[in-house]
Amino acid sequence: MFLKSASEQCPATVPATAQPKFQDTMATPVAAVELSKLNARRRPPRVLPGFGLTLGYTMVYLSLIVLIPLSAVFIRSQGLGWGHFWSVVTAPRVIASLRLSFGASLIAALINAIFGLIVAWVLVRYTFPSKRLVDAIVDLPFALPTAVAGIALTALYAPNGWLGIWLLSFGIKVAFTPLGIVVALTFIGLPFVVRTLQPVLEDLDREVEQAAATLGASAAQAFARVILPALWPAILTGFALSFARAVGEYGSVIFIAGNMPMKSEIAPLLIVTKLEQYDYAGATAIAVVMLVLSFALMLGINALQHWALSRHGGR
Amino acid sequence: MAAAEVLSKGRRPGLARLLLIAVALLFLGLFLVMPLLVVFVQALAKGIGAYLVAISDPLAWTAIRLTLYVAAIAVPCNLLFGVAAAWAIAKFEFRGKSTLITLIDLPFAVSPVIAGLVFVLLFGSHGWFGGYLRMHHIRVIFAVPGIVLATIFVTFPFIARELIPVMQAQGKDDEETARSLGASGWQTFWHVTLPNIRWGLMYGVLLCNARAMGEFGAVSVVSGHIRGLTNTMPLHVEILYNEYNYTAAFAVASLLALLALLTLAGKSFLEWRQPELKHAARQVRDRTRRVNT
Repeated sequence: MFLKSASEQCPATVPATAQPKFQDTMATPVAAVELSKLNARRRPPRVLPGFGLTLGYTMVYLSLIVLIPLSAVFIRSQGLGWGHFWSVVTAPRVIASLRLSFGASLIAALINAIFGLIVAWVLVRYTFPSKRLVDAIVDLPFALPTAVAGIALTALYAPNGWLGIWLLSFGIKVAFTPLGIVVALTFIGLPFVVRTLQPVLEDLDREVEQAAATLGASAAQAFARVILPALWPAILTGFALSFARAVGEYGSVIFIAGNMPMKSEIAPLLIVTKLEQYDYAGATAIAVVMLVLSFALMLGINALQHWALSRHGGR
Repeated sequence: MAAAEVLSKGRRPGLARLLLIAVALLFLGLFLVMPLLVVFVQALAKGIGAYLVAISDPLAWTAIRLTLYVAAIAVPCNLLFGVAAAWAIAKFEFRGKSTLITLIDLPFAVSPVIAGLVFVLLFGSHGWFGGYLRMHHIRVIFAVPGIVLATIFVTFPFIARELIPVMQAQGKDDEETARSLGASGWQTFWHVTLPNIRWGLMYGVLLCNARAMGEFGAVSVVSGHIRGLTNTMPLHVEILYNEYNYTAAFAVASLLALLALLTLAGKSFLEWRQPELKHAARQVRDRTRRVNT
């Protein structure tokens, strides 16, 4: 208000230097030039342009595409009322699907943590023919559309498939059972563990291992006492990323799962089923439960990375 | 290598190494290579003639066209956003920056099915804008706009999260020099920033495009599976498969598998040109470190 009235007293078209008599008084008219100097004192001048434009566009686009649509799920679930919401998400079929989704994801993430560590270790520490090809193929689950992965895994593990026929001779059925879900979730989660571990393994200081070896530690002891403790944060992060991706996965699972209610029906599929029956309330309620759990997981992963940073911040 | 040699000195040399390499290759062979192989074997199971018939089917072609069309809209939208977000985040300091980065990554934490559901809740016949859209005869859900929106949502973070660390690593000295020499904002961006980030940009576009063309869950919820109208390639694969038309399903799937292989090849090429691009995790770590300091 003060600035406005001041500029009304003295139009901005008059250069500030033209009125020296006002200069030392409180009522100094603030022309546009003076105003920008005032701003400059508060903040260092920005040499690069476009801050307002790019941040503004980022915020608008983020809100329109992600934040407003996602909030729609939460607002719609409010309309259900707590009692209805609770009765939907505690229905036996919903509980079974959530348990299956999270349980199978947990097993798949564990498998990935173990074999992902071996793959990352082999890729970082050893040389062997066609290593670059093997390194590139690790990203296949990121690049291959999930539906293609789904039908391919089903063809492999079906009772007449290349692997299914062999496993069946041991009495193991994979396709159209929860085991098939674990296989599909292992497929899509593997790169997360490998790609999280690789840079950490590359940065690992080998002098510590050599010191352990010269002090008489066996290879196994050096691994367990020296290497593994340094890798834990990365293993956990990779595990959590792989788990988070697996929980929401749909395309690769539905072909191999068999999709029997209560037995092999994952939570995302139940959302789709409810939508197809126009049960929007039911679909929304399950979605809210999954979103809350996923966001909690995401915050956990962030906290984990901060913890890893504070432990290895020196590098 | 040296450490491994020291560690295994005096014991059975290399046995652990051979064993670990064997386990890793066996695991990757079982879980990654075999599924890829089986796609092509199944596609060609009835001979090259049946394969060609399957992929020259008019419905397959409308699916291919729609997939290309959707990617041609979704990828540029997210490219524009990615560049804007990376410019704001990498070149300027402001409060709430790390929160903004977390929010940009949000779609990665959302199940694709839920990504589809949110747009049904907004634009479906019972959605918030359902009545308005019906009055104006605009279809979003069970139509192409819904497919585009769902695809934009799931591929939202790809380009931004590749560009942010690349731009942060470049710093802003080059741009500030250009400005002090009298270049305008746009000139600075086109002649200084863009050449600096071009590999990172291509990397992000490549990954974004692969996901955009391959997205299944989100698109499946909003598409309605109308043949010849709202079927993308992955949805077409599903329909053919569910009709027990395996040869045709795997034939269309083999095109998507080829796209995946091309993406991997392009990715390897870009990583060879610009080794820093590799290891998103390292970038995330560096990024968090920079945000924290």
